[in-house]
Amino acid sequence: MIGSAQDPEQAPVSREEVEQVALLCRLEIDDGEARELAAQMSAVLSHAAALLSLDTSGVDPTAHPLPLVNVLRTDEVRESLAQGDVLSQAPDVEAGRFRVPPVRRRQPEEP
Amino acid sequence: MAKTIEAIVAGVRSGEIDPVALVDQHLKLIEENEPSTNAFITVLADHARQKAGEIASRVAAGDPVGRLAGVPVAVKDNLCLRGAPTTCASRILEHWHPPYDATVLSRLLAEDAIIVGKTNMDEFAMGSSTEHSARGPTHNPRDMTRVPGGSSGGSAAAVAARFAQAALGSDTGGSIRQPAAFCGVVGLKPTYGLVSRYGLVAFASSLDQVGPLAGSVADAALLLEIIAGHDHMDSTSLDAPAPRLAGQAADSAEGLSIGIVRELSDGADPEVKRRLDEAAESLERAGARVESCSIPEVSYALPAYYLLAPAEASSNLARYDGVRYGLRVNAADTPTMNARTRSVGFGAEVKRRIMLGTYALRAGYYDAYYGQAQRVRTLLIRAFDAAYERYDALLSPTAPTTAFRLKERVEDPIAMYLSDVCTIPSNLAGHPAISVPFGTGEAGMPVGVQVMAPALAEAVMVRVATILEQAAP
Repeated sequence: MIGSAQDPEQAPVSREEVEQVALLCRLEIDDGEARELAAQMSAVLSHAAALLSLDTSGVDPTAHPLPLVNVLRTDEVRESLAQGDVLSQAPDVEAGRFRVPPVRRRQPEEP
Repeated sequence: MAKTIEAIVAGVRSGEIDPVALVDQHLKLIEENEPSTNAFITVLADHARQKAGEIASRVAAGDPVGRLAGVPVAVKDNLCLRGAPTTCASRILEHWHPPYDATVLSRLLAEDAIIVGKTNMDEFAMGSSTEHSARGPTHNPRDMTRVPGGSSGGSAAAVAARFAQAALGSDTGGSIRQPAAFCGVVGLKPTYGLVSRYGLVAFASSLDQVGPLAGSVADAALLLEIIAGHDHMDSTSLDAPAPRLAGQAADSAEGLSIGIVRELSDGADPEVKRRLDEAAESLERAGARVESCSIPEVSYALPAYYLLAPAEASSNLARYDGVRYGLRVNAADTPTMNARTRSVGFGAEVKRRIMLGTYALRAGYYDAYYGQAQRVRTLLIRAFDAAYERYDALLSPTAPTTAFRLKERVEDPIAMYLSDVCTIPSNLAGHPAISVPFGTGEAGMPVGVQVMAPALAEAVMVRVATILEQAAP
């Protein structure tokens, strides 16, 4: 296990954790938002603390209310969305494809 | 007494009701009262008139028309409809036009329903008051200073204000039932998997379910019958025939055993509790055996939900990255573009849930939070299974209070989340539940009574709900 999840009950969420999580989920947050989120996330998690101490040993997790099995269909061609319809909703396209800015993060000194 | 869907369709078929005139009546109400209600994100007046005209011509030509012929229906703005924007009340989808129809809307249209508009909601269905909308809050038609509940607050308000005969919403933690209770209409969350989610914008995929809001139990049951049933476009769709619900007799509760869940009613406002007691008495009078019961595990549902739903949401909402559809805020590189787009496009509550979900799913923390919540979910399901060995249906308030005032809870996430404490257990279990208006409480605002039933027991649930509806003060 990476990190230490040993005391999820007590530890309020720190500003540093908020910033790390924001990076993980691709959100830009300013100082004010980070402070507010740290307080609000701590409040919700402390509300959830009662769960964390419940004895659930030997209990299987429920990921889904139905007993899900893989759904297969016969391998036949069906109508699907037209490429033009789908691309018409994209912010930027080029030659039938989605167009994005350079994928590598630019360093500040780069032009 | 307002007309039922059945009566409208019979009138349209016989020529007594002109669908164009009927749609115009509703559009006139929308024109007059929508500016102050804000129940809609998009009103589809031209589409509705055109569709009504087509139905009128078919009736005049003696051609058959569907089971919803001429019935004006409003649909939540997280259901995809070709030719209209689907915004989810979010800036990030402000101008998105889906290239396909949600299966539930195809089914409504195939039965000749008339879609009059796309309704306001909490952004991406995350909220309990319809205040977290990029398009401003919806007001409760019963008292404009109060919230309509949420997240399907626009759909509930549209039915209460008679902007539409009925509506569709989605329910992840109570988002159909709680606003139905707050606005004094009927709201039904079906068994998970009974209704296709194809074309419903995903929030928390193991909990989301589409269902009807209506002025009567019969209307809600008929709508459910029409939208239910297997769909090969949704891999979580149950491969079972749709239940027959419409036109059921419900003159007696003889032979039914009903439990009132103590843990869900003890914390309710005194006036809400009083209405629940009256509802229980009316079921007893109709011949049911009614008793108080205890399911301690339901107390864990709310905290489990606020780990599970944000976790699923954080994963589902990763798709809004400014690449394929929706808003893009440009930047010199893609990672910065992704982050800037999401930061500008999402509102505060959505960001809060994405953050919480990501926090709970982090490597090393996953098992302590998400895994534990999933195991607690199992405990809750087992407890429900045990209760349903003794009872055919369970009863509780739909919400602990009546509709609260605008802005009262919007700055306090925990207080907001508490308004879903009675509805969340059914979502975690995947069970059906319905809210039926049962008198009024504080300040004359409507009270909703919730009937819960085991998976696929919609018929029993509708029977109990119909008895309550007839007995309601």
